[in-house]
Amino acid sequence: MEKMPKWADVALIPLINLAIAFVLSALVIWAIGEDPWKAVKLMVSGALGSTYGWGYTLYYATNFLFTGLAVAVAFQASLFNIGGEGQAVMGGLGVALVCLFIPFPHWSVALVFALAGGALFGAAWAFLPAYLQAKRGSHIVITTIMFNFIAASLLNYILVNLLRPQGSMDPASATFPESTHLPTFHDMLAPLGIAFSKSAPVNISLPIGLVLAVGVWFLLWRTRLGYEIRAFGKNQDASTYAGISTVRITIIAMMISGAISGMMSINNTMGESERLILNSAEGAGFIGIAVALMGRNHPFGVALAALLFGFLYQGGGELALWTKIPRELITVIQALVIMFTGALDNMVRDPIERAFIRRAKRKKQRQQEQGQQEAAG
Amino acid sequence: MDYISILQIFDSAVRLATPLLLACLAGLFSERAGIFDIGLEGKILVSAMFAAAVSTMTGTVWLGLLAGLLGSLVFSLIHGLASITFRGNQLISGVALNFLASGITVLISESWFGLGGRTPGLSGAERFLPIELPLAESLSGLPVLGPLYKELISGHTLLVYVALLMVPVSWFVLYRTRFGLRLRAVGENPAAVDTAGISVVRLRYASMVIAGLLCGLAGVYLSTGLGAGFGKEMSAGRGYIALAALIFAKWRPWYALGATMLFGLLEAIANRYQNIDLGGFIVPVQFMQALPYILTVIILAGFVGKAIPPRAGGQPYVKER
Repeated sequence: MEKMPKWADVALIPLINLAIAFVLSALVIWAIGEDPWKAVKLMVSGALGSTYGWGYTLYYATNFLFTGLAVAVAFQASLFNIGGEGQAVMGGLGVALVCLFIPFPHWSVALVFALAGGALFGAAWAFLPAYLQAKRGSHIVITTIMFNFIAASLLNYILVNLLRPQGSMDPASATFPESTHLPTFHDMLAPLGIAFSKSAPVNISLPIGLVLAVGVWFLLWRTRLGYEIRAFGKNQDASTYAGISTVRITIIAMMISGAISGMMSINNTMGESERLILNSAEGAGFIGIAVALMGRNHPFGVALAALLFGFLYQGGGELALWTKIPRELITVIQALVIMFTGALDNMVRDPIERAFIRRAKRKKQRQQEQGQQEAAG
Repeated sequence: MDYISILQIFDSAVRLATPLLLACLAGLFSERAGIFDIGLEGKILVSAMFAAAVSTMTGTVWLGLLAGLLGSLVFSLIHGLASITFRGNQLISGVALNFLASGITVLISESWFGLGGRTPGLSGAERFLPIELPLAESLSGLPVLGPLYKELISGHTLLVYVALLMVPVSWFVLYRTRFGLRLRAVGENPAAVDTAGISVVRLRYASMVIAGLLCGLAGVYLSTGLGAGFGKEMSAGRGYIALAALIFAKWRPWYALGATMLFGLLEAIANRYQNIDLGGFIVPVQFMQALPYILTVIILAGFVGKAIPPRAGGQPYVKER
């Protein structure tokens, strides 16, 4: 069976998918009576034109990097984890409890504990759906959706009844103590003599996320567990015959996924809002799906896709500020990206694959004819 | 608690259950044909927006109804295109359609009306109004049955009665017609249906059309019957609750009625009482809101009867060569 070259699979097809999604988005902008070209220029200058813009773009990208990696790990085991949102929300609770109730001498100690707290709560929230899938055959997509709603209600209850400071009307926790505040890029780059916007929320979570991406790559492609996860994802029956435990891999892959989602909260809860608020994840768990699909479930691809979505998010915010295009345009773009890179992938893949195979065949034929001619001559 | 307030809670339960029931039946047709439909939520939302928008622009709810059905139908057919024709991942397609609906409804209504993603409020002929069943007033004097008839059975909008009627209709279509038999077969074993010379693709598209129309009704009811106008994210997770009800109902029409009524009742109770005091122990309102989801997980876990989905659900059908 002829196959198309690898570069077409990992780069050409995603780019075509993305291009279709963007062209359709431009048509949407045009249809609601705005100028797509002007919109693009505004998005670029708003998201990338200043260190302030970059600061927000990278801050959002950090969120999506975490959730994208989370979804990708589960996808590698062919588990569709829609529960990243709930896991991130619960991770936020873990981070908040650590920051509120343990007195820390320095932010770096606090960060280690917060990472552990977020990971623990996120993984715990992913455990039950994973267990039910592995042991009782409950469909993980449905259970993780249900767990998103349950997490939202639970957090609402905890914030309103338990964590809300007395006298406050806001369903939010108290502000975290000073010693847990993470350094932003402004703080980190100032000693190097680089001026970075003071009000942009991008912080030390971004380098941590990048280290995590390398860690995920190492886990998936350089360890025995990662091999088992990928083998399980490719073919469950074969991997079961090879002695890989279905229950173990399902639960471990989902808990790793949940832990990574939970760790996202060091960026938004600890780094930005510095207190726990309702709906703290702001849909980042869902954007993780688009990011993982676009990044082809590879940490490097996920990092690039996270940056792209960070740009879209910040640029979309600028659009909403300066034009009549609502913020929800980002949701539309996100939907189109998921649609074309995920569900309608075959629409682009099939014709391209056929074209490559045809070309390869023709080349072979020509070589054969040439060979015959030479033999005859 | 007196009789009348119990009746009022049940009355509100029926109204809240109606969109769930319609969406649940939509999911039933789709999943029985072997196509997972996570996109119920999005279809409800799109239909609600178009129904309210066209109602307010034309002044008649009937054109709104048509627009709502059409919007939902288009979404359903996109889902069909992705999952039947291009054999894509049905779950991913559903997720994408939900996001598309959540964004595009705000974009369109903001562009048409400039009210921050709302449509103008509907009134009069722009809405489906409650129908007084005959004799409701004169019979209300009867003890027990009179108020029951007046409060609970009479005084709903047309779509509520249509939704209730759809339960026996769905049952009949699925279990007493040739089409229904084939539809159920295609969700269990499409290869067998194909071998019998029946088009799998056509059957599955038919199920998409039915699901689109039923979900459309749910959305139309939401913005022109239950509510009076469209608001951002007004479906508020109802599509997911309908999905939960579908599992609860084990993919059967009559059970779907029971499951959606139960979830409607839970919502009605949560709306009426903020925190429920059970003799010293207070049930928080958040627990009531989460209860449908918790129940679904318990059902899914198979602790209360096993819910077995259609066997070919979620798999694209590839013809043997």
